[in-house]
Amino acid sequence: MSMYQGFFIFAFILLALGVILVVVNNLLALRRPYKEKLIAYECGLDPSGDTRIPFRIRFYLIGLLFLVFDVEIVFLYPWAIVFDHLGLFGFIEIFVFMIMLLVAYIYAWSEGALTWE
Amino acid sequence: MGIEKSTVEIAPGIRHIPGTPVVISPIDKIINWARTGSLWPLTFGLACCAIEMMATGASHYDLDRYGIIFRATPRQADVLIVAGTVTKKMAPMVRRVYDQMPEPKYVIAMGSCACSGGVFKTYSVAQGADQFLPVDVYVPGCPPRPEALLYGLLQLQEKIRRESKKWGCWR
Amino acid sequence: MSGWINKLKDQFSSVVLEVQLDKDYPTVICNREGFLDLIKHLKEEKGFTYLIDLCGVDYLNYKHKKFEERFEVVYHLYNLDTKELIRLKVRIKEDDCWHYSVTPLWKTANWFEREVYDMFGIKFEGHPDLRRVLMPEDWEGYPLRKDYPLYLDEEHEWSVYKKLIEKTKMERGK
Repeated sequence: MSMYQGFFIFAFILLALGVILVVVNNLLALRRPYKEKLIAYECGLDPSGDTRIPFRIRFYLIGLLFLVFDVEIVFLYPWAIVFDHLGLFGFIEIFVFMIMLLVAYIYAWSEGALTWE
Repeated sequence: MGIEKSTVEIAPGIRHIPGTPVVISPIDKIINWARTGSLWPLTFGLACCAIEMMATGASHYDLDRYGIIFRATPRQADVLIVAGTVTKKMAPMVRRVYDQMPEPKYVIAMGSCACSGGVFKTYSVAQGADQFLPVDVYVPGCPPRPEALLYGLLQLQEKIRRESKKWGCWR
Repeated sequence: MSGWINKLKDQFSSVVLEVQLDKDYPTVICNREGFLDLIKHLKEEKGFTYLIDLCGVDYLNYKHKKFEERFEVVYHLYNLDTKELIRLKVRIKEDDCWHYSVTPLWKTANWFEREVYDMFGIKFEGHPDLRRVLMPEDWEGYPLRKDYPLYLDEEHEWSVYKKLIEKTKMERGK
């Protein structure tokens, strides 16, 4: 517990600050909505055209790839802290893990998933 | 009440507990202080007064030191500076942009044309922005010098400081 | 300089009414019929490729008027090679208020002619998109005519603006 007390204080302050800011704003802000205020903004003109544009799948693909390799890094961090206790076995195991992800990476690269267009 | 004895009045209405970093003040004063210190205008230059507004925002008569940052969208703006001649064709759009600003909102009519139509008493010019907007501060001039616009903004800050009870989601 | 303009008068005798060389720039007063041929000839053969301006004039109640038509459309053409400027004037009657459009020759004439239509009411035949450019689309009347009032009183006010003011008055009255 003593190791983590700084972390808990930090987490508590963050949570409290977020809650306070949102609650104080909702309490103190003036709220007077009326019809003309709520229409879409188009420099004073009547809003025309569709507000939806086609979604580019590229964004989703990049996010997905990032997630996978970010999780790999998350696995690497605790290994890096304790790897001298794990000895040769741990060393080889992490390399097997990384090689599997490297194969996936080379596949994604060759399929063109990393180019923007 | 014990509060007068153990606190020190550092500004009208604001008390400080000596020895601690604690200040007691009415909510109105805090909220008005926050609002005057960060008045964000909407860039609404219609005609020549826009040049003077730009000059006021530039480095010589810097507006950034007052916390005044020009925003391009009414959804993030506090004050609408109507700078220039408002024609009748443009009037509904000015009104709509004003409507789209969130409360609390203020209007400064900058220049003779926005105050009263200026030299243009014609078929196509609205005789002042106050025909269709509630104006808080009028800054006359053709165009008003940057110092005059700055004075107008400071007067608006004074007006905001005198406000009270302009907060609360129940009002 | 004056020589070729007089030759122009002979060549287009049915179009050209008068040539005035005593003004600051040579001015040619033309008829409406055949005007397009004249201006095309000036653009293509005489090298007046730059249409500087196209505007309208209203001569109502003008004391020194020596002709009977009310309106006039004035063209300023410039020759960039020889640096000469020529002015063409076409007189338009009030009840026969239209003229040929030079938009096929100069794209810039598009908005000039829309402005003349908006301000004087002179329609341009052959114009791709003749509508108001300065005043709002549903405005009534032609503002730059001499009989148009300078300031509109309340009942003649433009409908959209009138509604806006009345709505504001109602909100203030509340």
